[in-house]
Amino acid sequence: MESSWAVYGCTAEPAKAESGVEPFRKKLARLGKTLLRATGTTLQVNLGPMCNQLCRHCHLDAGPHRTETMDLETMEELLRFARTCAPQVVDITGGAPELNPHLSYLVESLSPWVPRLMIRTNLTALAEAGTEELLELFRKKRVVLVASFPSPNPAQLEAQRGIGVMGKSLEMLRVLNMAGYGIPGSELELDLVSNPAGAFLPPAQQKAQERFRKELQRRWGIHFNRLYTFANVPLGRFRMWLISTGNFQGYMQRLQSAFNPLTLEGLMCRSLVSISWEGYLFDCDFNLCVALPMGGMKRHISEMEGFPEPGSPIVVGDHCYACTAGSGFT
Amino acid sequence: MADYYSPEDLNRFQEIGGEASELARKFFDYYGAVFSEGALSEREKALIALAVAHAVQCPYCIDAYTRACLEKGSNLEEMTEAVHVACAIRGGASLIHGIQMRRIAAKLSM
Repeated sequence: MESSWAVYGCTAEPAKAESGVEPFRKKLARLGKTLLRATGTTLQVNLGPMCNQLCRHCHLDAGPHRTETMDLETMEELLRFARTCAPQVVDITGGAPELNPHLSYLVESLSPWVPRLMIRTNLTALAEAGTEELLELFRKKRVVLVASFPSPNPAQLEAQRGIGVMGKSLEMLRVLNMAGYGIPGSELELDLVSNPAGAFLPPAQQKAQERFRKELQRRWGIHFNRLYTFANVPLGRFRMWLISTGNFQGYMQRLQSAFNPLTLEGLMCRSLVSISWEGYLFDCDFNLCVALPMGGMKRHISEMEGFPEPGSPIVVGDHCYACTAGSGFT
Repeated sequence: MADYYSPEDLNRFQEIGGEASELARKFFDYYGAVFSEGALSEREKALIALAVAHAVQCPYCIDAYTRACLEKGSNLEEMTEAVHVACAIRGGASLIHGIQMRRIAAKLSM
């Protein structure tokens, strides 16, 4: 029988490694803090770990070797569930969402009544999936694109995402700009996400955004709306890399040393529900990766109506240190 | 003691205030103020610190400011250039003293 790890996130159960940090749950208890749900606003839909890239920081172990992707039956159940939630935001992620054969149907179905529909793209999958057709649909439905772009420095970007990815990413950013995405004054929003290319924390978001904007415009004439900087989460392939390079303990300690209790209030898990490609519910995409179901009980979207009750406890693990470091993951 | 230098000591820096807490407090307050955003950005200051760390050859500082530079958004290309700045100044400092050597030699020589 396959382990839950294999089903949800990783192809192999992660190597046991001593993190050397205080367990996150104990940390919260010691500080007298709790992590409880607020009013739900966001549905995050993980269409599966199927991806055309093999990024080294991936917490889901996504890649070309993964074939799991949401089927049409689950998607219909998702649409029913989404109606009962009436979310402000639907955030579609993967893997590479573009590789799911039903993505267009999902966008068509959600866009009329979801105020903010986001798709996370690695930029290169959009080219593989047929750029023109998808891009026309995204434009028409005002889909917000959130693109992975860790660094304007080619060596850093390709160390994380693979050789040859820089050129392809820049080319797709140009295509998106030409379609109106990310251009000042346009309604088509293009945001970038930067994760560090290694076992260190990300720079402050505002400063990094200024630098990215200047560099991307100066060197390649590329525009975007906002940059988000996030710490890498020590799960999946990134965890394996940390352990194999002797960085695991140091990174966990770095995350713990940057723990900021002020981030707890605005953590995304308080207002978000993450749905796996099989239709199971999680507090966040990281809990999905380690098969920690929402509320500690495996529940399917077909069994639920609406967002979970405000005040419900959120399942935590030591990977939560990544979302509570510095400015946090909100 | 296996070694004069221990990487773990870096995380114990605050212990230097053990018997001189007021002096340590003043130093760390000053240190924090120096590295906060001013006319220079935190990223620029971290790159300067990395260069100086190489000039004074402090392994603790090299360790700390390699990480700090990465976390402020710098890349290896910029960091290597910073090290070359330190190298150029150190080399130049030796070389400019060669003028003194030439001057003395000129005075002593027929």
